[in-house]
Amino acid sequence: MKIKSPKDFWAGLMFIGFGLFAAVWAITHYQMGTAVRMGPAYFPVLLGGLLAVLGLIVLFSSFAVEGPPVPAMSFRPLVLISVACVLYGYLMKPLGLVGATAALVFVSALGGHEFKWKEVAILYVILIVFSILVFVKGLTLPFPLWPEAFS
Amino acid sequence: MDILNNLILGFGVAFSPMHLLYALIGVLLGTLIGVLPGIGPVATIAMLLPITFNLSPVAALIMLAGIYYGAQYGGSTSAILVNLPGESASVVTCLDGYQMARQGRAGPALAIAAIGSFFAGCCATLIIAVAAPPLAEVALKFGPAEYFSLMVLGLVAATVLAHGSLVKAIAMVVLGLLLGLIGTDVNSGVLRFTFGVPELSDGIGFVIVAMGMFGTAEIISNLELKDKREVFTSKVTNLFPTKEDFSRAWAPVLRGTVLGSFLGILPGGGALLSSFGAYTLEKKISKHPEQFGKGAIEGVAGPEAANNAGAQTSFIPMLTLGIPGNAVMALMIGALMIQGIAPGPQVMNEKPQLFWGLIASMWIGNAMLVILNLPLIGMWIKLLTVPYRYLYPSILVFMAIGVFSLSNNPFDVLIMAIFGVLGYFCVKLECEPAPMILGFILGPLMEENLRRAMLLSRGDPFVFVSPSKPISLGFLIASAILLVIVALPAIRKKREEVFVEEPNKT
Repeated sequence: MKIKSPKDFWAGLMFIGFGLFAAVWAITHYQMGTAVRMGPAYFPVLLGGLLAVLGLIVLFSSFAVEGPPVPAMSFRPLVLISVACVLYGYLMKPLGLVGATAALVFVSALGGHEFKWKEVAILYVILIVFSILVFVKGLTLPFPLWPEAFS
Repeated sequence: MDILNNLILGFGVAFSPMHLLYALIGVLLGTLIGVLPGIGPVATIAMLLPITFNLSPVAALIMLAGIYYGAQYGGSTSAILVNLPGESASVVTCLDGYQMARQGRAGPALAIAAIGSFFAGCCATLIIAVAAPPLAEVALKFGPAEYFSLMVLGLVAATVLAHGSLVKAIAMVVLGLLLGLIGTDVNSGVLRFTFGVPELSDGIGFVIVAMGMFGTAEIISNLELKDKREVFTSKVTNLFPTKEDFSRAWAPVLRGTVLGSFLGILPGGGALLSSFGAYTLEKKISKHPEQFGKGAIEGVAGPEAANNAGAQTSFIPMLTLGIPGNAVMALMIGALMIQGIAPGPQVMNEKPQLFWGLIASMWIGNAMLVILNLPLIGMWIKLLTVPYRYLYPSILVFMAIGVFSLSNNPFDVLIMAIFGVLGYFCVKLECEPAPMILGFILGPLMEENLRRAMLLSRGDPFVFVSPSKPISLGFLIASAILLVIVALPAIRKKREEVFVEEPNKT
């Protein structure tokens, strides 16, 4: 059998994966209950099964109907943008808003097409001033401003 | 005159200085993100949700609503001047609006778009005021079975209107429903799918999911494209449409308003569907269909009126039934829940200020938008010249602040990043994220109503289709009909045609 529509092939696999996992995990870990008194596993098993079936349909159709190939993934923005967000979250406590925002702006800027230190630095200054004025002073969000070591 | 009294109450609320200010902030932000390609109302509202916690419920909803319909105005600006849909609903405006701009008639195109939107907005406001109370009256009689079936209908409609494969859209809904179950099961107290992570015991905040799927995922996909944006250089000098423009445009505006108002109310409807529908309609009944795509003013007037009408009437199911028709409305429900208000038909009776104030603010907001959009057009054009490499780090900063402020927990930001990656893969595999978000928000509600209905019927699964529950039966029949219609080969082809005009979101 030849895969005619790679997009559907992978989407189908993804749905089957999620569906089977949810159903099996729910059955083995939670109580099913009965239709009258549904246990915590009842609805997830129902949905997981349904998702797996839908995934199967998508998977089968990928062998039958011609479709476009999966477009190339660009891992650079994918990785850098995700890492930038995560850094922001986990650096907020040790480095404060000033440090966390720096990490977010600079790392995410690396994910773009061109990276000019000066431009990004100016952008960072504008954004951090704006964040402090609007979110910390204006909306009084309880963010630490400066790195822990300083205060 | 109940409606009159209610509207007076509403305008009293909406005209308070604070609420005027929030309406202004909302429509300004809406225009801004509408003009800018690459960020839409869903991501913006998701971004601002945590902040609305500090506002009163009325102010929060007024502002968020302003963003949604404000984006419809802004979207048309970039569509006409740059041939880029700033907002997905203005895709069709590109077709004729940009052609008009190339012929040196950008001014009239912008003016007709704004005037048409304003007219549609006013009508839609009235429609909400008239249609919502009786609907809420009916909805108050709904039991769990009716609610369950109504949600099925809403989800089915959402998949029917999503583009791409129907089966994949349904699968995305189911995936969303499953993800919505993560957290503590309300009936048994059992932690489901938390894998020992304490932060998951309250479930995943759907703001986080929405920001990941619509925000970061979209930024990542945008970064693949080269940043090339040429603003239409001709100066917008003459704003005023000619007499001929008016005589050609008034009928499409009227038709667009009616069609948009109707399509907006349907579950799964909203601005996007309305504008596509109106364009198709205008092209079909026009005496000069060959002019479409070459700068026909009807092709601007109809869809622009329709998308604004649709954006506003899509509030009706959200306000009266507590059921979101599209992703933006799902976020609105989230905003209500953040404020501790359970969405549903009781909102209208228990919080008349909120309900009527919001409706009145829509009218005020529309008036503000006309003022913002026509004289200030130059400012919005300038915005379009800001390169994306400045924009996306800024968007990320606001999203990260929004998510982090939810509970001051880095874990939330991590989840957002994970959903960003998932969203990116979904885009690559042509799986629409919007149906998933709807499923996600409805998951727990559906399970709850399913359980109650089954308990009341002593486990009889046929309770949903029994003749003693005609409303529930009706909803399910409607869902089935919708699915069958879409599965028909002829309609399927048509549906693909309608959506094929939409280029990759840029």
